[in-house]
Amino acid sequence: MSDARDIVEVRQLEKVYHVGKVDVPALRGVDLNVKAGEFLSIIGPSGSGKSTLFHIIGGLTPPTSGGVRVDGSDLAAMSDADRTRMRRRTVGFVFQKFNLLPNLTARDNIAVARHIAGMDRKPDPQFEEILRLLGIASRLDHKPNALSGGEQQRIAIARAIVNHPAILLADEPTGNLDTENSKAVLEILRDLNERLGQTVLMITHNPEAAAYGHHTVHMRDGRITERT
Amino acid sequence: MTAKLVWENLKHRPMRTLLSNLVIGVQVTLILTLVGLSHGMIDDATRRAQGVGADIVVRPPGTAAIGLSGAPLDQRIVDGFFAKQPHVQLAVGVENQQVESVFLGLTGVDLSKFSQMSGGLSYVAGGPFQGPNDVIVDDYYANQHHVRVGDRIRLLNSLWHVSGVFQGGKLAHIIVPLPTLQEKTSATGKISLVYLKLDDPANTDAVVKSLKERLPDYSILSMQDLTALYNVNNIPLLSGFIAVVIGVGVVIGFLVVSLSMYMAVLQRTREIGILKSLGASKGFILRIIWVEALALGLGGTLLGIVMSFGAWWLIDAFVPIPVEIVIPWWPIAGIITLAGASLGALYPGLRAAEHDPIEALAYE
Repeated sequence: MSDARDIVEVRQLEKVYHVGKVDVPALRGVDLNVKAGEFLSIIGPSGSGKSTLFHIIGGLTPPTSGGVRVDGSDLAAMSDADRTRMRRRTVGFVFQKFNLLPNLTARDNIAVARHIAGMDRKPDPQFEEILRLLGIASRLDHKPNALSGGEQQRIAIARAIVNHPAILLADEPTGNLDTENSKAVLEILRDLNERLGQTVLMITHNPEAAAYGHHTVHMRDGRITERT
Repeated sequence: MTAKLVWENLKHRPMRTLLSNLVIGVQVTLILTLVGLSHGMIDDATRRAQGVGADIVVRPPGTAAIGLSGAPLDQRIVDGFFAKQPHVQLAVGVENQQVESVFLGLTGVDLSKFSQMSGGLSYVAGGPFQGPNDVIVDDYYANQHHVRVGDRIRLLNSLWHVSGVFQGGKLAHIIVPLPTLQEKTSATGKISLVYLKLDDPANTDAVVKSLKERLPDYSILSMQDLTALYNVNNIPLLSGFIAVVIGVGVVIGFLVVSLSMYMAVLQRTREIGILKSLGASKGFILRIIWVEALALGLGGTLLGIVMSFGAWWLIDAFVPIPVEIVIPWWPIAGIITLAGASLGALYPGLRAAEHDPIEALAYE
């Protein structure tokens, strides 16, 4: 992996939120490189800027200044529409609150991601294998309210990777899960990384969860303070 | 997938969907009922005009070709002038008066002359007038008002004795002796219009032309031209009234859908954020809102069509007004509703499309 190319390159990244007439700096000059195939954990207290970094790398919000390249594309130079297009295939999100569409079955939650990306409704055979790996093949015709938290998060992971994104961004993926399900989800993320070479960026409060990654980046007050 | 998303959204909040459909349906019913009434009245008037058996109708100066009341014409002109014109075989003067409502009139006529002109009335029960205060009604009126031969009915503030019920489609729903009507309306010696029957219908145009030359201020029309005038645009105020109701329909559709979709967008802020995180464009979000609004409009239209049958039944059962189901207006009412729904979806749709994905995802 040490020879792998950088799939995420962040240079002097700054982000300032305007709250009323007050400017609130969330990121204060962040530099970060993530190699293709790497599993990187980002750990830090609330307000450290890790979610903002996650949102910028995921193309959900533009940076105030600095450079961000994801899979070769310069996000700082992208329009809102360009970032929307980028989200379809380049990144996949896994959220703490699962964020499944409540009216759709698990299968349709996955299908809608493919539809938005302009791909066939039916996933490729490799994805069927992933569904078995996730252990949710028999739960696909249920709606989220009929699924446990662990099952919902596994569906969310399946949805995030169905379009084979360059990076998987997981924001506190175990934050709403019990210990057993947390462990299962973290092992799934590690399996996806090891078996498929899926690049994973995971935000967490939990040092034990962070230990599943190859490396851990520590953030505080909008800066990276340590990389281990 | 858009259809699936919309369908599942509609199913997810059935009461909202049902209420939206119901309110939209009411305005569709309103439009269809009004159109059904206007068509029913026009077809009824056309049928009765054709049943007169005349070739030409003459109205006095200053009156519209289509109208219900008034007797400004001197009766002596019937025999003294019209009956003596070339090719005129028979001239019959009648007086029209409005009763109950603008939708129902009665006609005073010399029944024997009218029978010569029309070929006579077919009686379902009873027969022609036996006395000056007798009245004959058609089967439509008799059914609507539960009137039978021998009954006394109040018309124009007078009691009339029903001497017969005739098969409808000729002249009027209610027919009374001309002299009695003239007396009761203080119009002795006056009539509303004159029907002319010619020796040969082929002479109609020539006679109309000749009469127009001699009576330039009179309204003189062949019966064919008269019935051609029976359409919505020639009934005073009706076309304007329909336009107003259609306008109200569009506004109701717009408001209902706008409110419903606005609430839906608020309730689904987080879902919109999820779709945006998956890369859904503003156009995709707008399309979902728009298709859902169209689905509500379509459902409302279908419900409105079904309810219009109920309105038709109610009117037919309780109100003496001819009403029809006008199928060609179903798609028109649908287009009107969908136009209102599309407009109504615009603001909520744009608002949804403009949602910031991070704020939307954080929405509780």
